[in-house]
Amino acid sequence: MTIRFDKLGVVIAALAAYGAFLAPFATFRANRIVPGQARSILEALPETAGPLLLAILVLATFVALFRTPLVLRLAASVVTLVAVALLIGVAGTFLTPAGNTFARVSPASGFWILIFAFTLLLADVLTRLDLSPWARMGVLVVAALAIGLLLISGRWDSLSILKEYYNRADSFWAEGSKHVTLALGSLLAAVIVGLPLGILCHRVESLRAGVLNVLNIIQTIPSIALFGLLIAPLGWVALHVPGAAALGIRGIGTAPAFVALFLYSLLPVVANTVVGLAGVPRAANDAARGMGMTDRQRLFGVEFPLAFPVILTGIRIVLVQNIGLATIAALIGGGGFGVFVFQGVGQTAMDLVLLGAMPTVALAFAAAIILDAVIEMTATKRRVETA
Amino acid sequence: MKAWLPLLLRLALVVLLVAFITSPGWFAPLLKPLTENNAPAIYNQGSLLTLTLLHLRTVLIATVAATIVAVALAILVTRPAGAEFLPLSRSLVNIGQTFPPVAVLALAVPAVGFGEKPTLIALFLYGLLPIFENALTGLTTLPANVVEAARGAGMTGWQRLTKVELPLSAPIILGGIRLSVVIGLATATIGSTVAARTLGEVIIAGLLSNNLAFILQGGLIVAALAVLIYDGLSAVERYAARRMGREAD
Repeated sequence: MTIRFDKLGVVIAALAAYGAFLAPFATFRANRIVPGQARSILEALPETAGPLLLAILVLATFVALFRTPLVLRLAASVVTLVAVALLIGVAGTFLTPAGNTFARVSPASGFWILIFAFTLLLADVLTRLDLSPWARMGVLVVAALAIGLLLISGRWDSLSILKEYYNRADSFWAEGSKHVTLALGSLLAAVIVGLPLGILCHRVESLRAGVLNVLNIIQTIPSIALFGLLIAPLGWVALHVPGAAALGIRGIGTAPAFVALFLYSLLPVVANTVVGLAGVPRAANDAARGMGMTDRQRLFGVEFPLAFPVILTGIRIVLVQNIGLATIAALIGGGGFGVFVFQGVGQTAMDLVLLGAMPTVALAFAAAIILDAVIEMTATKRRVETA
Repeated sequence: MKAWLPLLLRLALVVLLVAFITSPGWFAPLLKPLTENNAPAIYNQGSLLTLTLLHLRTVLIATVAATIVAVALAILVTRPAGAEFLPLSRSLVNIGQTFPPVAVLALAVPAVGFGEKPTLIALFLYGLLPIFENALTGLTTLPANVVEAARGAGMTGWQRLTKVELPLSAPIILGGIRLSVVIGLATATIGSTVAARTLGEVIIAGLLSNNLAFILQGGLIVAALAVLIYDGLSAVERYAARRMGREAD
């Protein structure tokens, strides 16, 4: 039997070797904004934990390097990821001098490289397993639960990012709910307006090019400019339309951010509705007409269900995009996780940036996985029904 | 009359844009009503021309780098030797798109410092995805008979790639480049939150001093650039598609 290398494994092994031996595992700082000192795995962890982590890493790297069964690769990536995640918390406690409340310990480049390398391995295994949509959502739930448990258990409490969190726990959840409200609310508004507009564009051909061109041009306006430009008209509305101010419409804050996100969301929703409806097979439409269906019956009974996966793809694009763009709302006082990102950039406190960026990335990532799974389910359901 | 109207509109837009960034003073009376408390109507902490050129340079560098890397990667995973990486690279592209630009920008700062570099990194990463996806589509949907014919004519792998596969997928790859340039033009403005010198500087100055005229001029210059470049690249794409006899999307 010849030993065969796995090509991706070679890449992972190179990354893991660099992350484990050459790059620092954790950074120690005397307070939150001074430059940090790098600590390698052996320096950052207590006597037994350091060599243990290295042993796990070497073992997992060998599993990745050669052609091994998928189950083994799955186990190797999960065990390594859990070990690295648990031990960075240990490093935090170990490196912080007892009773010192100013010292900060953060994960350093080696930690992130190791996480990246073994997430790559995990992603490869999951891709090769070709999981069903339900299974993918299950994996997501398990991963979310694991991270949630780690956070609740307090094992990461000694890390700088969580110290930033405890300093502003209340505002974290307030900004978080604002972020989600902005992203989901503008999506909902865009669906309510965009679907009928898309149907109209599909039915009235003379309207189609005009509407899509206008929406295309809106997309080219940079987000920070669009957010800023809406301050004036909304401020005017708040002053001159009775009742508007009572509804929370103001020149700065959430209202212009909401409208800007709504405007950006329209193009994918309308365009995908048009594409989806245009893709409905002529035979299906003819059959529906032949059966004597009215226009409305045809729309809701035939065209709409058939176009649904394509429309959902548009909604997926919008949701992921909105979760990212909502960070910019902070620049005009609209709140959201962007508040921490921009505060952190201003104070050069990178852990504060992470506190804002991590939940945003996690939300966008979860939204993408869930909607991808839903899209696949509706698409296969349709295929089964038509077969 | 209909045929030359779009061309005329574009020409007018070009003239207007050039006039605005070279001598913004002419337009000051137009923007004056948008300012309050006698604030300046035209950005006065740097020339708009310089900022526009720096903005375009940043996008250009990032796009060229992204194109080289993305096309090379797409070629790699469509060769027999790299086929193993194809499914993984697809899911990585999918995951990569979920990272918000602001997060990438802010996280790049500790690694490379403030200024143009984090912006280049963010633009590069965002540019990669559409180009890679389109290059992959282009290279995997080549008409099978053409590839077979090239093989039958005794072309080597390298000859097939450079003489048949790449030219045939050029229109689709160009489509990806177009998308990534337009995204890059808008994303570069966010770079100014980490002190990159782009047109975002004008917009942010406007946001900070509550000067609507600044926000409007910064936003409109970027939007005009994006529309013109999008149109220009669409035209190149159509030309390439006509030459290759493939439909551009």
